[in-house]
Amino acid sequence: MARNVTQQRKIINTAAAWAVGLLIFFPILWTILTSFKTEAQAIADPPIFLGFDWTLENYQAVLERSNYSRFLWNSIIIAGGSTILGIIIAVPAAWSMAFVPSKRTKDILLWMLSTKMLPAVGVLYPIYLLFISLGILDSKIGLVIVLMLINLPIIVWMLYTYFKEIPGEILEAARMDGASLKDEVLYVLTPMAIPGIASTMLLNVILAWNEAFWTLNLTAAKAAPLTAFIASYSSPEGLFYAKLSAASTMAIAPILILGWFSQKQLVSGLTFGAVK
Amino acid sequence: MATQHSRSAARLMMAPAVVLLLGWMLVPLTMTLYFSFRKYLPLRGGDLGWVGFDNYVRFVSSSSFWPSVMTTLIIVGGVLAITVILGIGLAVLLNQPMWGQGMVRILVIAPFFVMPTVSALVWKNMFMDPNYGLLAHLWELFGATPVEWLSQASLTSIVMIVSWQWLPFATLILLTAIQSLDSEQLEAAEMDGAPASKRFAFITLPHLGRAITVVILIQTIFLLSIFAEIFVTTGGAFGTKTLTYLIFQRVLESQNVGLGSAGGVYAIILANIVAIFLMRIVGKNLDA
Repeated sequence: MARNVTQQRKIINTAAAWAVGLLIFFPILWTILTSFKTEAQAIADPPIFLGFDWTLENYQAVLERSNYSRFLWNSIIIAGGSTILGIIIAVPAAWSMAFVPSKRTKDILLWMLSTKMLPAVGVLYPIYLLFISLGILDSKIGLVIVLMLINLPIIVWMLYTYFKEIPGEILEAARMDGASLKDEVLYVLTPMAIPGIASTMLLNVILAWNEAFWTLNLTAAKAAPLTAFIASYSSPEGLFYAKLSAASTMAIAPILILGWFSQKQLVSGLTFGAVK
Repeated sequence: MATQHSRSAARLMMAPAVVLLLGWMLVPLTMTLYFSFRKYLPLRGGDLGWVGFDNYVRFVSSSSFWPSVMTTLIIVGGVLAITVILGIGLAVLLNQPMWGQGMVRILVIAPFFVMPTVSALVWKNMFMDPNYGLLAHLWELFGATPVEWLSQASLTSIVMIVSWQWLPFATLILLTAIQSLDSEQLEAAEMDGAPASKRFAFITLPHLGRAITVVILIQTIFLLSIFAEIFVTTGGAFGTKTLTYLIFQRVLESQNVGLGSAGGVYAIILANIVAIFLMRIVGKNLDA
């Protein structure tokens, strides 16, 4: 009896959800569209939605500004480097918390999380001074270290959540067979944990790529990543909408795609397992 | 079960992460505390000695302090209200049977992956510009005078931009929570004749309680320190100076490290109050 009603409801639901979804996505869509317009078409009145002459000249122009590729390279190194370094440090820690828990494991985990809540601006100047005295201000290695540290608690937590789900019996069996700790981690645990490690890395790359406090404040000409490159458009170049759009599209495209793959992990990662 | 050997190995494996985070927390924190008690002007004489609680008093009695606290609260409160309310609505909508649910999810989650400097710039120029922005065209379409968003309605604008960035996060988490709701319970209520509004108010909403709390607390932590959105759009002008931005200006623009550090200590205290609540909730979950 309810067949028809449900079918009708499904149509309404679909229409409503798509309308809202497109509305939310629209600023991104508009940016992508604008990136293919000429500057004149980008500010045309009334605005042109699709009926414009598609052009790649903005991408060419942005790429020809020789520095764009360097900003991109800096972003890749900083996001990738901080992620790899973080994983190397976090895997052993998460392993020991998940498989050799002690009374203090929970406290240590919570304490790690609490360092994430330290407001960056509260410690900006000390970090700035430390960076100057270590000679790593405006260097990629400096940012790799800072971004690794601010994301380390999330990495440990996510890995811990994944490792917890690996049955301990398998490890015990390996131990019975005489596997050393090293063998256990390398040959038993790691293969089983690869999916978890992969999605942790994915989420971390996204967070590091988009991080915009430390990257803006600790870099100048040399190590500035894409966040700073885009910020340099704030004026007066921001008036070149088409080029701004092309640069923006190139800055967000890789992460948008990575993000779509890891949206499920995002929940467990960012809520530290508090919502399942 | 674990041997003494594996215990000490475990401690060793945990050590790098613990030591690094401990250093990351203690070293700058100690320095901030130290600076906050000193008159420290790097460009005008450097460290000029101990001043006690002078910086703390001056930071609070400055004419920008209370407005910046208000601005912070308005931005955090506004964004929280918008993202939680719209997030619940969206989560309920996305949980209905429909075609292309996966695609819609992808559309909705997208803004979260856009870097803050990009979303701030795109909104500032392509949407909120009073001459060429899309919103100006929309206003003209209805015969209204375009709003100069970032100067006349600066706080509203910032709240809009930041809400757009965080709505996906709220939606995704609330949707995850809704999906874990036992559908039999809802069906039973429906059979008993409970209307949709009552089913929502008495079954769905209570079930979402925990997820809502988590959304509020996690967003608060990030929202208390939003920076790029203000840096790129107004630079702290037109009443958009948050506590974070005020401290940033004291330290980097006016180069008054002592004063800025005192402000930093206030920000840390504020964040910790929020953090304690979050810890309780997350901590409880660990036992379960």
